[in-house]
Order: sequence, then C-alpha cells, then structure tokens
Amino acid sequence: MTPLIRTRNLSVHFPLRTGLLGKKKVVHAVENVSVDIAPGSFFGLVGESGSGKTTFGRALLRAAPVVAGRAHYDDGEVAYDLRAIDGEDLKDYRSRAQMIFQDPYAALSPRMTVRDIIAEPLEVMKLTSSRAETDERVREIAARCRLNLEHLRRYPHAFSGGQRQRISIARALVSKPRFVVADEAVAALDVSIQADVLNLLRDIQRDMGLTFLFISHDLSVIAHTCDFVAVMYLGRLVETAPARQLFAAPLHPYTRALLSAIPSLDPDETRKAQKLQGEIPSPIDPPPGCKFHTRCPFATDMCRETEPELEEAESGHQVACLRWKELG
Amino acid sequence: MSKTSAAPDHKSKEAYFTATQGQLIWARFKRNKSAMAGLVVLATLILSGLFAPFLTPYDPTVAGRDMSYLNGAPQIPRMWDENGFSWRPFVYTTKRTRSIKTNFRWVTVVDKKARRYLTFLPKGDPYKLFGMHLRTHLFGVDKGKIHLFGTDAAGKDIFSRTFHAINTSLAVGTIGVFLAFVLALIIGGISGFYGGITDSVLQMLTDSIRTVPAIPLFMALAAFVPPEWSAEARFFFISTILGLIGWPTLARRVRTHLLTERNQDYVLAARLSGASAAHIIRRHLLPSFTSYIIVDLVISFPYMVLSETALSFIGLGLKDPVNSLGVMLQNVTKADVLLNYQWYFIPVIFFIVLVLAFVFVGDGLRDAADPYSDNKS
Amino acid sequence: MTRLLTVENLTVQFDTTEGRITAVDDVSFSLDRGRVLGVVGESGSGKSVTAKALMKLNPGNAVYGGQSKITLHLDGGEVDVMALRKARDLRIVRGGAISMIFQEPMASFAPALTVGSQMVEQLLIHSDMSKKRAREISIEMLDRVGIPDPVRRFGQYAFELSGGMRQRAMIAMALSTHPKLLIADEPTTALDVTIQAQVIDLMKELVAEFHMGIIFITHDLGVIAQTADDIAVMYLGKIVETGPVRQVIRAPAHPYTRGLLAALPRLDDLDAPLTPIPGDIPSPLERPEGCVFHTRCGEIIGDVCRGQVPCFHAVGEGRAAACHLYDHNGEGSA
Repeated sequence: MTPLIRTRNLSVHFPLRTGLLGKKKVVHAVENVSVDIAPGSFFGLVGESGSGKTTFGRALLRAAPVVAGRAHYDDGEVAYDLRAIDGEDLKDYRSRAQMIFQDPYAALSPRMTVRDIIAEPLEVMKLTSSRAETDERVREIAARCRLNLEHLRRYPHAFSGGQRQRISIARALVSKPRFVVADEAVAALDVSIQADVLNLLRDIQRDMGLTFLFISHDLSVIAHTCDFVAVMYLGRLVETAPARQLFAAPLHPYTRALLSAIPSLDPDETRKAQKLQGEIPSPIDPPPGCKFHTRCPFATDMCRETEPELEEAESGHQVACLRWKELG
Repeated sequence: MSKTSAAPDHKSKEAYFTATQGQLIWARFKRNKSAMAGLVVLATLILSGLFAPFLTPYDPTVAGRDMSYLNGAPQIPRMWDENGFSWRPFVYTTKRTRSIKTNFRWVTVVDKKARRYLTFLPKGDPYKLFGMHLRTHLFGVDKGKIHLFGTDAAGKDIFSRTFHAINTSLAVGTIGVFLAFVLALIIGGISGFYGGITDSVLQMLTDSIRTVPAIPLFMALAAFVPPEWSAEARFFFISTILGLIGWPTLARRVRTHLLTERNQDYVLAARLSGASAAHIIRRHLLPSFTSYIIVDLVISFPYMVLSETALSFIGLGLKDPVNSLGVMLQNVTKADVLLNYQWYFIPVIFFIVLVLAFVFVGDGLRDAADPYSDNKS
Repeated sequence: MTRLLTVENLTVQFDTTEGRITAVDDVSFSLDRGRVLGVVGESGSGKSVTAKALMKLNPGNAVYGGQSKITLHLDGGEVDVMALRKARDLRIVRGGAISMIFQEPMASFAPALTVGSQMVEQLLIHSDMSKKRAREISIEMLDRVGIPDPVRRFGQYAFELSGGMRQRAMIAMALSTHPKLLIADEPTTALDVTIQAQVIDLMKELVAEFHMGIIFITHDLGVIAQTADDIAVMYLGKIVETGPVRQVIRAPAHPYTRGLLAALPRLDDLDAPLTPIPGDIPSPLERPEGCVFHTRCGEIIGDVCRGQVPCFHAVGEGRAAACHLYDHNGEGSA
C-alpha cells in the first residue's frame, strides 16, 4: 500500500538570531527523519520536550521551514510533493491535512462563537456554496464530536477544557481531511476527560477512515491509541515499530529508559532498573556521534563518534543504535 | 431546587455563555465603583463641552463680554434675602464706581434692591451648534448679565469660557489621539506582524522619535509659528504636533500585542485552514486587541489634554482669545489673580476633574479588559 | 508517631465577578511527621487552594470559613495558622516550619537574582546565622540534591539552569531551612518522565533523611503511588476518599477513585479499554448539590445522592470514603 505520508531524510532547522549583529545559530529541530505513515493508521510519535516531535508534525503541514529531504503526500486521489506545493494545490492540501492543538484554551479564537470557529475552515477555503450548507456541515460534525447544538451560539469562554478540545477537534475535521496531526491533543486535559477524548479520536478515525499522526510525550497514552510508534530523541528517530512490538520488546536503550521511567501504579513496584542521568542536550549544539550517548549507560567510544542509522531489526521494527544486538 | 427558580437562573447562565468579550468587559467594568463614577463625570463633562454654547449664557469671546463687570466675583443665585423671598432665583445688580472717596480706584457696589431674576431658555448671543444657527441659551437673567463663575479682566464670562474650553481641549486631544492612533496602528502593526529586520528598523525609528526632548522641540516650533496665524491654524498645528510625537508609546503596545498574539495557536489554526494574512488580521488579530486599543486610547487621552494645557500654559500653544483649558490656566499665573480674583481658579478644578475622570475610566477599563484582574487582591 | 498538622473543617471561597465560588468545602485531614500525604485531584478539585491555605498564600479575595482550623504541632507548641495575621508571625508558616515547591520552578526564582543569593537571603530571614555560614549551607544543599558543580551553580541565575536542575535547586532552597512540613505542588508535572523519575527518587531520599512531613499534590496517580504513604482523593473541593496508598489504589472504595483508575491508560494491559468518567467536571459556579460527584457517578443510588452531602464512613483499616454506598457502615474517622 502506498503510504499516505512518506518522508525521506527530512530536516528542519530554525535560524536563531541573537540581536541585529549577533552570531547566527541554528536549531537542529528535526534531522534526517524518514517515515512512512500508512493510510488509515494511528501513527504515534513520542519523545520528550526538545525532541522535535512537534516541529516534525508542523513540517508535514507546511508550518515549519524544511531545509533538506523529501516529503510526499498521496491519498489515492491526489499526490503532492510537500516541499514544492503552492497555490491552488496548497489550498487543496490544507483541506486534506489538519491539526489539533495541545492547549484547548489557546487554539480557539476568543472572540468568535463556536459556530464561527468550526465554520471558519469551510468559509476561508470556500468548501461550501451556501450558508445553509455550511451550517449543515457544522451541525453534522458538532454532533459527531458530541457538542450540543445550543453550544454553537456560545463563546469559548463558556466551556471546560474537555469541551474545548472537542470543539477544536470538530474544527479540524469539518473540512473532511484525510490526514490529521494531533499535537499533544490530550496533554492539557484531566485524566477523567482524557480517556473520553482519546476514545472520540479513535472512533472518528475508524468511522471516517482518517490517518492520524498522534504526537505525545506520554507513552501510556500512545500505547493505548496508536498502531505504530516512532520514538524521537533530539531530532532523530531512534526506534520505530508496531505499537505492541515496541512495548513488548523495546530495543533502543532510550525507549527502555522512557518506559521504565513511567511511575508505576503499583506502590511496591519500584522500577529502579534504568534511571537516566542528565538531561536532553540542546538542539543548537547537538553532540557528535549517537545523540543519546551523553545519557546512555551503554555508550562506548564508538557511540561518541559514529552516528547510527535506522536499521531493520525485525520486520517493521527499526532501531538506530550501534549496540542493539549486544544489548538485546 | 424548584423549577420556577431554575428558569431565570438558566437564563442568566445562557446570557453569560453567549456574552461577547465586550459584554463581559462591560459587566466587569460596571462593578468597579470608582470607574463608574469616573464614567458618569466624564460623560457629563464631554456632553457639557459639546453643548457648551447652549448650556452657557454668553459668547465666551470678547463679543460676549460684560463691560460693566470686569474682574467680577462669581454671582450665586439666591431665592431669599433681607428684602424678602422670591420663587424665582435672582442675583443682584452691581455697579462699578470710582470717586474721590475710593482714591479713584474702581470699586464694585452691590445694589441689593435691583434684583436680576433668572430666566430659562432666553434668546441671547447667536451661536452655531451642529450646523444650526441658534440664539436660545439654557438660562440667563431678565436684565443685565449673570456670571456664575465671575468674569475676567476683559469682562468675559468665566462660566461660558470654561465649558467652551473643555470642548476645545477635548477636540485637540481627539485629533491628537486619532493621529497618534493611526500612525501607531500602521507602524506598530507592520512592525509586529512582519517582525525581523522590518521590526528592528521601525523600532529604531520609534526609539529615535522617543528621544526627541519635547520642551525644546516645542520652543523651536513656537519660534517657527508665524504670529499672524489664525486661532484655527494654531489649533490644528498643536493637535498635529501632539499626534506626531504621541504615537511611539502606542505603536510599541500594538507591536508587542501583535508579536505575542500572532504566535497563538488559534492564529496557526487559521493559517492551516488556508486563511490569508488579511483574513487573519481582520478576523483574529484586530478583534483580539480592540479592547486593549480602546483602553490605551482612553489612558493616553488625558496626556494629550495635559500636553495641550502645558503648551498653552507656557505660551507656545493657543493664545488668549481662544478658549482652552491651557489658556485658562495661563491666566491664573499672575500674583494679582492669586490675591484678588481667586475665581480664576474655577476652570482649574474642571481641568483636574476631567483628567482624573479619564484616569479612573482608563484604569477601570484596563482592569475589566484583563480577565485575570479578578484574582488581584 | 507524632502529629504534625491537623486541618479541620477547612472551607475556602473566592469572591469573583461571577459570584462567590467555593474552592474547598469542609475539608479535614491530618499528617504525622515522616509521612507523605498524596493529595490527588483534577482541575478544580481545590488541592492547590488547600495547600496554599496552610501557608495563608491564597489571594486577597479568598474567604475562609468560620469553622476552619489549621493547627501546626511544633516542638515549641501549637500554632493556630488561621490566627496568624502579621507578616512577622506568618514567617513561621512561610519558609520557617513550612516550605513549598511549585510546578514551575522558573517562576519561583526571581529572574534578576542568582540562585545562591536567594537561598542565602531565605536562610538569613529564618535564622540568625552569619552570611558566610548561610552560603556554606546553601552550597551543601545544592550538592545534596545532586546538582553537579554546586559552587558554580550557586552564582548562576535561574535561566542558566535546565528544567530538572531548576527543580532540584528549588528543592534545595525549600529544604535549606529544615522545614517540618514540605508542600510539593505538582513538582514533577512540568518535567519530562526521565527527569520526573530522578526528582521522585531524590524526594524519597530526602524524606527519609530529613524526617519531615510532606504533602504531595498531583493529578498523576502513578506519581502518588510511587511517593506517598497515604492518599487523599479530592473532587470539586471535597475530600472523597482517604487511606493508605496501597489499599486505596488496589481496592478503591469511592466511585470517583474507581473512575480515575479506570480512565488511566495502563502499560501493563494494553487491551483494557479506557473508560472515561462520563460528563465534564462541573464549573465551580455550578457546584452540584448533595454529593458533588453525583452528576458523573455511575453508581448513583438515588435521590439521597442528589440531595444529601455524604459523610465519611470507615471502609477498612485507616480508610474512609464519603459516599452513600457505605451509609450502613456507620461513621468513620476522617
């Protein structure tokens, strides 16, 4: 099957200007990322803050400066080269690829009614021919996202976090996109609400045949929602695998450390095994060799010099570590 | 909870949910007592400024002067004195005399027998209000003239002058604020929306304008203004100058607001929906800061009035025949006034009240527009 | 074991433009020395307001209920916290006997002062030691919380430290005065999991070493399970369940605690469905009558839930739950 999204060695850099005459620095947010996102999948991207996961998601929506590599979109009807796309094609792509944000308070324009917020994509992209049709589409998607019709007249300030996130989801889905980037879509929500939104996303994905790029820092959330998982560290992919496989048998030391760092609900189970020392290095000045060597308990001189490539460990399971075979 | 009490409760909740930002701000503003008091005073002053020609009995210029009552003390209408009670309020007739007995100095003698009764809606000096030529004033006296706040050295009615002065000062302020606002919106808007090099260059320009010292600039300009300029020309000149030096502060606020606002998720969300820059500015950015801009305008208004007053006070702005609060203030600088004609200070009270009202309303608006002001202790 | 803190009938309300909002409603609990009490709750549960009440740190529009009583049992006698008024008296609960660490360490350090000077200043306020001694103790503390090169860090500003380092520095500052009670308000929420694990380990070591009482506030049941001895579950300003952390997490008694645990995605069982608690957390403006949880409760019995505030019932050794399900159990101790 042709992947819906295919990237090859995609890199995103941000120039960082320090004053008018300051020395130019570059943030290496995403480096050489190659992924295939299969249509209809729930693709999880996990990493800590500073791993570049958000930037990667935005790059796929043409909202971050890609400096190298390739990115393609192909949904069977249309195919776009995401680096070259512009004009009418870009407009069309915008209706096919949408985003759900983390902070349900910042993502909704405070001065527009919920109806206007949800209808905005339809109106600016001129996807509907009449106001009646717009309203029909808005009501339809609002019902899907379990919003009452009376909610549509209200302003965002009248809603709780969970309701706002449902509004945000309705807005992202109103243009009937094929591909949705959900950036930490449940991170700001309370536990009791989070499950509700996750279930809603899964239902919608199944019913509408959507493809999700689900970005999160929370491995347990990823484990419960995604089919396929990619782990990012300092702008690189360190491990990709089908979700079950990844959680059953993680190969990369970083993935293992991430898993063991999650506080267990069992008070007697204190996973002391692999506590990482130190913190994620700055993406302005990434270390040479394997980016994880500064914190890796198994790093050798080889790791400090050679940067590992992603290699196939098992079918569909890739890992970027020089020593994964020994550590097995 | 019974059903009857639930119904209005539900209604008020629905009102809150569907309230626009403007309505929420107004609801918060209404709770601030000092701001509401300021608003009432401000509205009264603005209205009395606008309707000054009708509200005041006489023409504030030399045309309306009272030759028989120069430097006259305020006359307070009364309804009763030792000569008996009257339903109609009245003031006394005064006469200026000088003789050998007074060392040939002018003295004012009050003739308590000759009462001047207050009349309402009499015909008086002609004036123009909203394009209409009228003669009717709110009040007057049946014979002679009445001077509630006294008169100045030329015999001009200070009451009439004060209200006309409020009008002039507000007009100067409005033009100044408007000009500053337009410049600030354009310069700050470009600076904040595009950022980068454009921003740096415009900020340098803004900073260099801010470093120009005001007083020497005014003095240079005063030397430049030809003395034969009419009052109107001077008036527009002053307003323009105030506008031209007033924009940097406002521009900075617009820029800062745009810089923070354009990085908000909802702006990105609109961009990812294919919205154009124009659409984002119109639908998202402008509405998000209109309330802040209004607050800023209200707060910067008293500074404009103050600047005009200061300019006129040091003699660089409007000159005496024109009525502005600054000109009125200029008149109280003489020691003679301080000693003998204290009623010259009445316009000063109005000036202070006007500025304070603006400050109270501005503060109240700022607190109301800031949704986090609730938490302040 | 010696009692450290008793809170009785604490009620906190806030005067806002939308009316008087109840944030904490008749909450009672106690804490012994050397114990960690985990307070868990979602947004609007009142957990932070409760903690701030202990230091009287709530903003000026806070109104404390007349029955509210907070007693701090110190070696030198008891302190009635509610009665403290003057800044000088409040010092005992603000950095003296009680210290607090926050979610966002960046916000707790003044940006224009070095980390060291703030630590020294705090020590000088709460003791009569010399400046030199204060500096020594501060550097010792920085070293103790695992900050490498403490002498250099002592002279740095908060923005020069990384997130995890800042949190460590804040813990060092909070502990340098040897408080009897430490309030940790979501201290690991802003941190990445790998850093969170480090901070949790550090805090566990420090409890053992300093023998103080800790009130650990978080929304994360996993963090509570790993750090606390006892747990208090809060919902909309009420404590709904208390007890030893093992028993409560293994066999939750209150429907809300059960719901919270069921809503949590668990790594040990990927097939378990995520069961959300139905509905949304009511806004504090619309606090439900009766049991505050009845609008979302799946085990509602009937009108008694809608009309009557449940009282605490014993549901096991040292455990209590405020739920009408246990009305036949008789009164328990809160």
